Amino acid sequence: MRIRFSPFYLFFLIGILLVAAVVLRVEKKETEHKIVVVIPQDPDYLDPHLASAAGTYEMMFNVYEGLLKPAPDGTLLPAIAERYDITEDGRSYTFYLRPGVKFHNGQTVTTADVRYSLERLMGTQTGQPLSSYFTKVEAVETPDAERIILKLKEVDAALLNNLTTASIIPKDYQELNTHPIGTGPFRFVEYRPGQRVLLEKFDDYWQTGRPFLDKVEFRIIPDREAALLALKNGTVDIYPRIDNNRTAELGEDFYTLRDKQNLVQLLAMNLNRKPFSDHRVRQAVNYAINKDELIELAAFGYGTKLGSGLSPAMANYYEPGLEDFYPPDRAKAQQLLAEAGYQDGFRTVLTVPSNYPFHVDTAQIIVEQLKKVGIKVEIELVEWAVWLQRVYKGRDYEMTIIGLAGKLDPLPTLIRYTSDYANNFFNYKNTEFDRLFQQAADESDQEKRAELYKKAQRILAEDAAAVFLMDPHYTVALRKEIAGYQTYPLYIQDLSTVYRVSKKPR
Amino acid sequence: MRKRKTSFNLVIGGLLVGFFFLMLIVSFFYTPFAVNEMHTTERFLPPGKPYLLGTDNFGRDIFSRIMKGTQTAFLVGAISVLIGLVIGVCLGALSGYFGGWFDRIIAQLNATIQAFPGVLLALMIVAVFGPGTINTIVALSITAIPGFTRITRSGFLQFKEYSFVEAAETIGLGPLSIMIRHILPQIVPALLVAASTGFSSALLAEAGLSYLGLGVQPPEPSWGRMLNEAQGYLLRAPWFSLAPGCVILLAVLGFNLLSDGIRDLFDPNL
Repeated sequence: MRIRFSPFYLFFLIGILLVAAVVLRVEKKETEHKIVVVIPQDPDYLDPHLASAAGTYEMMFNVYEGLLKPAPDGTLLPAIAERYDITEDGRSYTFYLRPGVKFHNGQTVTTADVRYSLERLMGTQTGQPLSSYFTKVEAVETPDAERIILKLKEVDAALLNNLTTASIIPKDYQELNTHPIGTGPFRFVEYRPGQRVLLEKFDDYWQTGRPFLDKVEFRIIPDREAALLALKNGTVDIYPRIDNNRTAELGEDFYTLRDKQNLVQLLAMNLNRKPFSDHRVRQAVNYAINKDELIELAAFGYGTKLGSGLSPAMANYYEPGLEDFYPPDRAKAQQLLAEAGYQDGFRTVLTVPSNYPFHVDTAQIIVEQLKKVGIKVEIELVEWAVWLQRVYKGRDYEMTIIGLAGKLDPLPTLIRYTSDYANNFFNYKNTEFDRLFQQAADESDQEKRAELYKKAQRILAEDAAAVFLMDPHYTVALRKEIAGYQTYPLYIQDLSTVYRVSKKPR
Repeated sequence: MRKRKTSFNLVIGGLLVGFFFLMLIVSFFYTPFAVNEMHTTERFLPPGKPYLLGTDNFGRDIFSRIMKGTQTAFLVGAISVLIGLVIGVCLGALSGYFGGWFDRIIAQLNATIQAFPGVLLALMIVAVFGPGTINTIVALSITAIPGFTRITRSGFLQFKEYSFVEAAETIGLGPLSIMIRHILPQIVPALLVAASTGFSSALLAEAGLSYLGLGVQPPEPSWGRMLNEAQGYLLRAPWFSLAPGCVILLAVLGFNLLSDGIRDLFDPNL
């Protein structure tokens, strides 16, 4: 039989080719092991030593590393340093470089790079420190190719924790702000302002087998509504810090992870103003507020009750049991108010930053709760800039609600309550607290230090320095096929352990 | 003179406005529940019994809050329109009747204020002087002035040439008496129409400012603020946002229809 040429065959052939091309293309797209994470804002600087925004750190955590690294439980893991020794007097730290750690440009990390990075932060050459964390470090010494020795002027208990944020960068590398180079699991590919930050897998990462993903994209979507839509229609895969009241809308294809975010949400009372200068009034306010009801109403139950200035996310330093120091008790509150001479209650103003709907909601509930013991509170909403200027810096307020973000170390959180701290907007003064705090700062033994901080927390609770409300949980919404996401008590997205279930990690 | 027809607009508008006035008056004496009371175990209840329009995210009765919100809306609307009306009529009357340099200055000022869209101007004022009910009223009053000024001025320009004014002048009446007793009554219908429209735009502007968090401060209920609070629960509790939304719609519609109706009633040729 003779095969006649006909246009039909041609079309048929072209058709098959087209279908194949589409299929292959889809196939190719599928083989790319990539996920998209939505974030609300642009990075401020790509240079890790200049960046100060938490939103930058959460992304660049995947690109840069310090000598040590935080673990999901808030403890420390060795990273660029393989191990370290501390001398008895706590004034000299010796770090041993992990052999064979590579920068994204292929160079091996040397002690010179580490020294350069730390000295850049300390401002040894320029005289202008880029970070306030290392003021107690006198000198960085690199006697050989393995050891980095930090000599301290005085004991600095927070040093190890602070080193996690001291990113190690290549010596004398000048293009950090446009082409970041670090040692993290992902290397920087591109940043398009207002659109995205793209990272790709770093094949020579020192932790073998990590990361699992080939590519990570941080999609910048400032509007929460748009971010939620992007998650639902599949444009993005992970939505960190989704509003707790929106998770019900997500449906079958998603799941959520929740954890404490190491944030202390509190109701501050200006201790320099009447009637809050009276210890009994502050205690009465504490007794009048029902934290369980508050957590249920404002955070849909997703919050951990607090009793003092630290979140239980800092498990090592947290003093448990204080959260019920002032159980809700209206009769007691009224009795204390009467003792202080306010048997008919009083009027006051609660200043709330209007850009935090969560605090505004909390304020409305607190108004209702305090009304029941006769304290009439009027809410005053102010812009964030006004809040910072007038309340935080100017200390011109009666009551306010704010969330204080915790670090890996308790020091930056608890220093806020020391008498002479510049931003002690509580106007809290207690010599015993100051003494314990100073003692803890000078203590290099972590166990003893934790004990001192626990005592300090108890004092804050006894003095009713504020009403410590809750650590609201943050919620991460993920597509069902994504696994391996780890939550941290820090503002970071660790994508080194994340993978798609369809592409099982090797 | 043609026989006046009772217009459809007037009836519907009047009914809607009447309904809101009724709600306003009742809200002073009675609301089904205390407006700020939180029923913690009964959150996001759909409309039904005993919560007529359901409950919000704190378990507060939405219907009670809407009723109380009427006070805010009408207080802001009425006072700002009244202030705008009084100042606007005074300025408009003087500049229309006397003309000259005073007229030119007023015209320039008017044009300056009107160069800004009303809500934007109100936003600017509130942003500078801070949020709150009083500042909202001040802001909305200022935006209301030019409209009344212009209507009054054009009315005075028109009527001062009429022979009845000349007649009044010849028998020796002073300018004040002529302005108040002879010209002003002629433009009352036009002012009524403008006041009614002004009221509805003041309502809308107040809702807008409160929605942006610049008007009434929480927890006091305001329609705009309720919309703002409800938007996070659009899918979970649609009645929460529908209720204040519909109320704003109906109130604005009512006042607009009423102003159309008044215009038809007094001047069918317009």
